[in-house]
Amino acid sequence: MLKVEGVDLRYGDMPALWDVSFEVHKGEILVLLGANGAGKSTIIKTLSGILRPSRGSITFNNIRLDTEPAHEVICHGLVHVPEGRRLFPEMTVEENLIMGSMAPEAKKKREETIEWVYSLFPRLRERKNQLANTLSGGEQQMAAVGRGLMGLPKILMLDEPSLGLSPLLARDIFKIIQLVNKRGVTVLLVEQNVKYSLSICDRAYVLENGRIVLSGTGEELARNEHVKEAYLGV
Amino acid sequence: MELLLQTLVSGFLKGGLYALIGIGMTLIMGVMGIINLAHGQLMMVSMYITYSLFALFGVDPYVSLAVSVPAIFILGVAIQKFFLNPLMKIDTILPENQVLMTVGIGMALTEIMRFIFTSDYKSIQTSYSKTTLLMGNISFSLPLLIDFFIAVILTGALFYFLKHTDTGRSIRATAQDRDAAILMGVNAERITSITFGLGAGLVAAAGTMLMPVFYLFPDIGGPFTRKAFVICILGGLGSSVGAIFGGITLGLVEAFGATYIGMEFADMIGLIIFFLVLLVLPGGLKRITGM
Ligand SMILES: Nc1ncnc2c1ncn2[C@@H]1O[C@H](COP(=O)(O)OP(=O)(O)OP(=O)(O)O)[C@@H](O)[C@H]1O
Ligand SMILES: [Mg+2]
Repeated sequence: MLKVEGVDLRYGDMPALWDVSFEVHKGEILVLLGANGAGKSTIIKTLSGILRPSRGSITFNNIRLDTEPAHEVICHGLVHVPEGRRLFPEMTVEENLIMGSMAPEAKKKREETIEWVYSLFPRLRERKNQLANTLSGGEQQMAAVGRGLMGLPKILMLDEPSLGLSPLLARDIFKIIQLVNKRGVTVLLVEQNVKYSLSICDRAYVLENGRIVLSGTGEELARNEHVKEAYLGV
Repeated sequence: MELLLQTLVSGFLKGGLYALIGIGMTLIMGVMGIINLAHGQLMMVSMYITYSLFALFGVDPYVSLAVSVPAIFILGVAIQKFFLNPLMKIDTILPENQVLMTVGIGMALTEIMRFIFTSDYKSIQTSYSKTTLLMGNISFSLPLLIDFFIAVILTGALFYFLKHTDTGRSIRATAQDRDAAILMGVNAERITSITFGLGAGLVAAAGTMLMPVFYLFPDIGGPFTRKAFVICILGGLGSSVGAIFGGITLGLVEAFGATYIGMEFADMIGLIIFFLVLLVLPGGLKRITGM
């Protein structure tokens, strides 16, 4: 469904990705693992058009994405929930959700989708008129995921959605991600919580220093000696 | 007591126009992150449009709003698109260069107007330019009263637009987090152009509405750019609600300065306030809402 082929990316003179190739299959939960600074966020930003590869291509259902203007990527159903939430701090929760549905298709179904998001996150309905910068960390993350869902994603790309959340809240967010996935949304997940994310994913790639070094199903990687040592601490 | 009230009234009415000028500047600042140092010059061009329409065709200044505001809106969009946006794309160039560019644009506008209209003072004498309404012993200048009224309507309309339309929301979102807005599918370049146009349109309205009571010459832009800057600093940079307070405050300060210290000091007092705010209250009158 989404194909990344031979992508190199540099920040100025500093190379950050080397010959990255991978695929996302329809309907799966795919996890990207890697240490801090490995290039996980860089990959997601490249997919969503904020960064431009210096080599290689990104195609989604046979449409070249790497040459599209960044703001049009979401119109194809590729939605990026960025690291650190990046809510609009001085807009209300509801306004933030509305901002998630600016793409033409999503705009048509705005009322309907917002009800769905509120049913997934009843907390957001209670807080809908509150400014985003007054929300708790967990509520902000719910709002960020909710805002992503407002874009009617075909692929939902989540960059560390559990960052800074208690294990319990993180569990809730993962439950919702699985629920959304069951509804047919493909998920590309970047996570620090390696053990848990390997347990819920279909497949995973391991990224080190801007290169993909391993791939496999969640179970395979959970059993892999290198993964155990480097990421699971056993 | 009467003098005090009279001063209060005049300052407040003028403050309405200043608010319009300040909101225009602040909108641009919010989205682009730069100060538009051609702001007063855009206003000056609008004043010449109004003057020309009056001198050539006898068009009433308030009617000429229908021409000057759209014209300056388009001028603003064009400036943003052709002069400022190209600078934004080259990342080796500092954002400061955009500010320098606005200075250059301001000077170019001034010289173009000087070329067409010479440096002579121009003014418009309408039948109502000197009309005042009396309430008790306090007099209200009719044109300033109308100006205030229109300023309130324009500000209300702007706030409605920012709060309740998708384009308005996108403007606020872009100001708050440009990259996140792009991720949401907002065409940030287009929004930036629209915002520059809106800011220019607002200051154009203020310029046109000043014409019945003010005079005009090419160099009048500079002082108004400074005033706009003072208003924004007073209101807390980038806050449109703050700009309303900033505008009213500046109007009042100037009026009180002119009445109690001396006419010729009005502008200087504005600048003194500006320094005081920067030194004592660097956040301005602080953001009150997210607008
Ligand atoms: N804007 C930038 N300019 C220069 N270098 C950058 C920039 N952003 C990221 N990098 C570098 O690129 C590399 C990959 O960064 P990236 O943010 O993709 O890491 P990550 O895998 O998401 O890490 P984390 O788990 O900490 O979020 C890092 O070495 C980082 O320092
Ligand atoms: Mg990251």
